[in-house]
Amino acid sequence: MRVLLVDDEEELVSALAERLRIRGIDADWVCICYDAIGRVESEKYDIAVLDVKMPKMSGIELKRRLEEKCPGMKYIFMTGHGSEDDFRAGSSEAGTAYYLVKPVKIEDLIEKINEVLND
Amino acid sequence: MSILGRLKPDFWDYEDSDKGPFKHLFNFRRIWKLAVILTAGVALVPVISMTVFDYRVTQNAMESEILLRTSRLVSNSRRTVAYFLAERKSALDFIVHRNAFEVLTDPKKLASILENLQKAFVGFTDLGVIDSWGRQRTYVGPYKLEGMDYSDQDWFKEVLVSGVYISDVFLGFRQTPHLVIAIEHDLPDGSFYVLRATVDTERFNELLSHLQVSGRGDAFIVNHQGTIQTPSRYHGNVLEKMSLPVPEYSPTTRVFESKGANAGPLVVGYAYIADTPFILMIVKQKGELMKPWHKTRRKLIAFLAISITVIMIVILGVATHLVNKIHDADEKRVMTLHKVEYSDRMASIGRLAAGVAHEINNPLAIINEKAGLIHDIFNLKDEYAKDEKIIGLVESVLSSVERCGIITKRLLSFARHMDVNIQSINLKDLIDEVLGFLGKEAEYRSITVNVDVPDDIPTFKSDRGKLQQIFLNLVNNAFAAMSDGGKLDVKVYREDKESVSVKVVDDGCGIPEADLKRIFEPFFSTKKKKGGTGLGLSITYGLVRGLGGSMSVQSEVGKGTSFTIMLPLHFKQPAKR
Repeated sequence: MRVLLVDDEEELVSALAERLRIRGIDADWVCICYDAIGRVESEKYDIAVLDVKMPKMSGIELKRRLEEKCPGMKYIFMTGHGSEDDFRAGSSEAGTAYYLVKPVKIEDLIEKINEVLND
Repeated sequence: MSILGRLKPDFWDYEDSDKGPFKHLFNFRRIWKLAVILTAGVALVPVISMTVFDYRVTQNAMESEILLRTSRLVSNSRRTVAYFLAERKSALDFIVHRNAFEVLTDPKKLASILENLQKAFVGFTDLGVIDSWGRQRTYVGPYKLEGMDYSDQDWFKEVLVSGVYISDVFLGFRQTPHLVIAIEHDLPDGSFYVLRATVDTERFNELLSHLQVSGRGDAFIVNHQGTIQTPSRYHGNVLEKMSLPVPEYSPTTRVFESKGANAGPLVVGYAYIADTPFILMIVKQKGELMKPWHKTRRKLIAFLAISITVIMIVILGVATHLVNKIHDADEKRVMTLHKVEYSDRMASIGRLAAGVAHEINNPLAIINEKAGLIHDIFNLKDEYAKDEKIIGLVESVLSSVERCGIITKRLLSFARHMDVNIQSINLKDLIDEVLGFLGKEAEYRSITVNVDVPDDIPTFKSDRGKLQQIFLNLVNNAFAAMSDGGKLDVKVYREDKESVSVKVVDDGCGIPEADLKRIFEPFFSTKKKKGGTGLGLSITYGLVRGLGGSMSVQSEVGKGTSFTIMLPLHFKQPAKR
């Protein structure tokens, strides 16, 4: 199982990736949206964990782009903005997506990853 | 309340205690006064001045009409009296010129002349011829007067001087009022004789008594000494002095006003009758003459009074109504400004909170992950010895981060609900959330907060943001009123199926009864010096009403205050005003 973490905060995303790796999950990270697009072209990931609010491109938009390149990949969103309700009201894609509120507990993230994979 | 108090408009006692940008634009009492004074002035001055002008003109016209009428009457009457006397004098003149002295001294002939005279001119009673020595040579008439010596009498002397004499009315030997007309006639031999006739004053009196004198008037004749010659109704008896002073000589008719004695002012017209000792007097009572005028005056004054009253009522009504409208509009303006300012402030606070929360959230997430990583490293990797102390420290960092997370979540939730609409409310969660904000303050001040929400309180639809504001305001207010170590009870209960009530009871300083009626008024504040706007409770009240609920207060100074909010379980959009 390979996970790609995308967040504009390098500090956050690198630590998160390492924690996942410690727990035996193969995690990579990028902090620029376009890098993420490049990365999925060269490598295969099962799940992408995307920050909703990022410079230049939103997580939702990024998900659309990634879906074109890499069909079948699953997505989990993270946001520092309020509650799940707000996120869900944002767009139709968000309405059914998996979602976590920052700060994210590692246990929650792993649980969510497992949930997504089993879905 | 007195009638005056009930009539008093709302703006009357208004005092603009709130300085600053939300000050009322107008001094309503001054506007009202100005409006009343100006309108009343413009309306009443012409009415009053026209009435006064009309009053004066009419009065003057009336008075001059009275004087003119009196003057005309005097003038006509004088002509009549003068003609009466001149006629009789001419008759005697004719006799002396027509008849020789011998004829006149013959009693039979003289008697026949008298008879003819009486037929032609009423009033002659006798006729006598007096010779130059003053002795009555011949006399015809009802008395025995032959041989009477008149040489010493004044009238005889006067007739010698003037050639003609008309006497005053007098009693004489016969003791009845009469007057005498005497004419001197020269004889060819150089001597002379006098023809003397007595005229009965009854005829003379009739001349005047038949006059219709208006205004309890009186027409009579006096002589130059003021002795009354013909009967007077009000001014004395015949041959007595009249009650009025003798008017000064004038060759023409004159009318003047006299003060009079008891009957009020008099209008006196008089005329000296030429070549006689007589003055014709016509005296009228001015009061009587002016009676119609007084009637008119009463009507005029009543009309004026009614007009002024009606005008004033209309002016007062209109001015009060208009100023009330301005006052209402201004009140609304100030209220709106305040509401806008308040909601602006709340929105800014909300935005600020959201911004802060979001900004904190990211570094918080980083701390979380880094600390988590440390934790993982120590916990999961074998190469790091299990150091309990470090693990403990890291765990404490993590728990603090978790707490921060809760705070930012709550802040975000609050900001988000600033303009959110109707949603399902769990009252217990909502109250806990609000109290969460103030939990630290309560803790620092050792305030015990008891929340009692029974389990059977259903969730209901309402505006979450507004409810948060309502409870936040109420709890904040309670905290402000309480001293440290106080006790705050929040109790939720149901009075009926349609509503749920929340009671916020503090044991603070309480509110004096005088203030209790006003605490929901905008800008009423007891904390102004401490920076209160006086808006908290008024806004809270407005919010509760906006949610279709009601709000009440009970308070006792020194014991505490209890606010009760009743909220409907079925939210209905309130009708817009």
